[in-house]
This record gives sequence, structure tokens and C-alpha cells, in this order.
Amino acid sequence: MGFAETVGLRNLGSLESGKMYCGVAVIVFSLSNFMEKTTARLFRSSLGKKYVMAVSGVILLLFVIGHLIGNLQIFAHPDVINAYAHFLQNLGPGLWAVRLILLATVVAHIWSAVELTIENRRARPDSYEVKDTIQASYASRTMRISGFIVLAFILFHLAHFTLQVVNPEYQDLYTELADGTVVHDVHTMMVAGFQNVWISLFYIVAIGLLSVHLRHGIASMLQSLGWRNRKIAGPLEKVSIGLSILYFAGNAAIPLAIMAGFVS
Amino acid sequence: MDLKLRVWRQKDRNSSGKLVEYDARDIDPEMSFLEMLDVVNERLIDSGDEPIAFDHDCREGICGACSATINGIPHGPHRATTVCQLHMRHFQDGDTLTIEPFRARAFPVIRDLMVDRTAFDRIVEAGGYISVGTGSAPEANTLPIPKDQAERAMDAASCIGCGACVAACKNASAMLFVAAKSSHLNTLPQGKPEKERRVLSMVAAMDEAGFGNCTNQYECSAVCPKSISEDFIGQLNREYFVASIKQQFTTK
Repeated sequence: MGFAETVGLRNLGSLESGKMYCGVAVIVFSLSNFMEKTTARLFRSSLGKKYVMAVSGVILLLFVIGHLIGNLQIFAHPDVINAYAHFLQNLGPGLWAVRLILLATVVAHIWSAVELTIENRRARPDSYEVKDTIQASYASRTMRISGFIVLAFILFHLAHFTLQVVNPEYQDLYTELADGTVVHDVHTMMVAGFQNVWISLFYIVAIGLLSVHLRHGIASMLQSLGWRNRKIAGPLEKVSIGLSILYFAGNAAIPLAIMAGFVS
Repeated sequence: MDLKLRVWRQKDRNSSGKLVEYDARDIDPEMSFLEMLDVVNERLIDSGDEPIAFDHDCREGICGACSATINGIPHGPHRATTVCQLHMRHFQDGDTLTIEPFRARAFPVIRDLMVDRTAFDRIVEAGGYISVGTGSAPEANTLPIPKDQAERAMDAASCIGCGACVAACKNASAMLFVAAKSSHLNTLPQGKPEKERRVLSMVAAMDEAGFGNCTNQYECSAVCPKSISEDFIGQLNREYFVASIKQQFTTK
């Protein structure tokens, strides 16, 4: 049975489109087969899964930092963030490319976490009667729970501000830029969104957990990739703590300023 | 000093174990932890009970045989010390000590506090050696090694293979052990030619034995009686990555 039949695509169109789907399937299959052969050893090994975790972590870290810098434009004139949002929304295929890369990265990050967790649980079937640690950081001991809550937050955040299904009235907010272009009024949407105390509180708590997650993640990613050594270990700890605090402060400032009425 | 002990008693590999309470009275604070257990065992034997089984050999902190987890910390509360070199003066009169074996799927309990650590031997068999022609030792000065490099290799080579790193890791990972054993050879010119093959096969043996994965908490280095640094784990991560890529471009 061919690929088209397997996924029930043959009934969707003509024989030609069926053949095209088959062709695509053959290419995808050969490519994945090649990737699988060349990287099998790497990504099935314990260390390989840590590389996936670290590389996806680096990409996600860069994204959240860029996202924060974009959001901080809320403190400028409303036209600034509205023009920026308009620019992003009109990237077309570029926007979808970035979205797909981010989705794949999140999937890779979660996949490696699940695989590693299963193996780690298996590695110690009988736990200690008395448990203690000497110097493991709070952040490192709570990665799983902070990760879960951040995932739930991301889903809510997408429904809230990207898909705008939590408050459908956000879809009808429009404003005019200085040059006369009519754009989606992101500035008013953010102000309206964060005037709800419960939503703001949820954002601040979730960002706090993400900052805790980053505090261990930043220090960890270089170690997993083998770039950490004695010389940079000390500074790296300080950078991971400093960057996490800055990240939290920058993000928390937005709902706090809106609730306090500094941004309206 | 008087102590209350809660000791893991397990008849054999297939039985299930449990904690049993014992009173350790009139213990001299200058005794080592194992000497304290010897006293408790003599009293157990006198009263017709089965003594507590535990591993020990040199009792001077260099063989790696002794192993016990005291109140959740492998080798007990004193840093950079094996349990045989831990002295009772580090405890207070009236303390309750919970003594458990090193716990990991790859280290099955043989009896009470004794665990089977042959998984470590299998990792060393996989690559913890150098293939050289035997014969008389070569003249030492024919192979100059920079001092800092020699010291780094020696730091890694100080691993005694006790398994405390595995016992302390929340994931029962053997990364510090494998990193120490591979880095020690990979850092020296004698070990470099087989570097890639070594890390690939040692990591494969580690995964095969059922150890967990490194989560970068470095509890392993903190309990290590030889204070082996987590830097070697970084080195292993780097060398394994390079070896995996290089392997794709070699004919065999």
C-alpha cells in the first residue's frame, strides 16, 4: 500500500495529485531514512538527547529574549509597537517559516525531556528512604514542573494574544499609523489584556517560573554541548542568574506598568 | 556517644529489603564509621543475629570498595571523604543515622549495604585502556607532557570507581565516572590515538548498563571522595559530539 492510500489522500483529487503525493512521500521517506542512518547513534544515545535538549533550549532562549525586546516597545508611543506588529504580521512565508521552526524546536525540547525522564526513572527503580542534596540549585530540582506550567502558559498566551479566542473583541481593534496605514491595534489589546488582574498575575507567575527554568537552563546548555570549563564556570553561573533576573524584570514590568496606569 | 541507626537489611538480590533500627551505644568519637559498624556487628553476632554486610577493603580511602549512603548523602556528610575515612566525631551524640546502599538499577543490591558495581568494569572494558605493545617501559623523557596537562590527567585518574557519583545523582547517571575514565586517557598523548573510539564505546556501554542521564546538578562532584570536577563531564560531552560527527565520515 502506497503513502497516498495509507493517509487516505487518493480520494481527495485526481490520479496526478495522488502521484505527486507519492513522490513527495518517497522524497520525505528517503531523506528521513538518510538522516536516521547518519544520526542514529548520536540521537539515540544519552548524550545525543542532551544535545537536542541544549540546542533547542538555545533557540528558545534567543526567541524569548527577542520577544521581550519587541514587547518592551509598549513603553514607547503606541505607533511604535503597532508598526512593529504590522511588520511581523506581514512577513508572509517568513512568518510561517519562523513559526514552524519554533514549533519544531518546542517539540524537540519536549521530546528529549520525555525520553530522558523515562530513562532516568528507570535508572533508579528503588528510591532512597532519606533524600538529601548538597548543592543542587532550586531551579535544577524543579525543571519538570516549571516546564509544564510554562507550556500551559504558552498555550494560553497563544489563545490570548495570537489567536485572540479568549477575548474575540481584540480582533476588531484597529488604528491608523502616522503614514495613514490601518493596522491591528496591538497597543490597545495589550493594555486591555493586562488590566485584568488575574491575567496579569498569571503572566507574572508564569514568567517567574520561566526565569527559574532559564536560571538552570542557561548554565546547563553550554555544559551539555561541552563548551563549559573551569574558566567560564563561575562567570557562567553569574550570567545565568543575571540574565534570568533581567528577563523576569523586563517581562513583569509590562503588566505591572499597565495595571499601575503608566501605560494606557 | 550513643546513636540510633536505621540500616537497610536485604537478604539477597531477589529479596525485598527494609530499614531495621539498631542502638549503637558507647561509640568512641575517634572511631571511623566502619569501625562503628564493626562494633555494632560484633554485638549482633554475640546476640546470635546476622551482622550487617558492607563492602570494605583498604580502609584508607584509596580502594573504592566501601559504599554507603548516610542520611541521603553517599559516603556521608563530610566532603571529599570515603565512608571508611569518615569519623564519628562528625556526628552528634543522640543522632539518628539512616544507612542505605548506593541505589541504582545498574548497581543491584547483593546483600544489605553491598552492591554489585560490575557495570563499571564493563564500561572500563569498553574503552578505559590504551592498546600498546607490551615490553620494557620506554624512556620517560622521550614523550614530553606539559605539566598542566599531566596534572589534569592525574585529577581525572584519581577516580577510585566507588560509584558515589551514581548514588548521588538524582538520575543515577554514571557520567562523572565515564568522564573521569575517558578524560584521564584522552588528555595524554598515549591515549589520544584511540580517543574517538574510546568515548563512543564507553558511552555505549554506559547506556547499555542502564544508568540515567546527566542533569547538570553536579551532586556527583560534590560527593566524590576525590573531588573530581564536573569539567570532565563537559570534556566528555564535547569529545563525544566530535567523535559522533567524525564517525560519519570514516570508512569503518
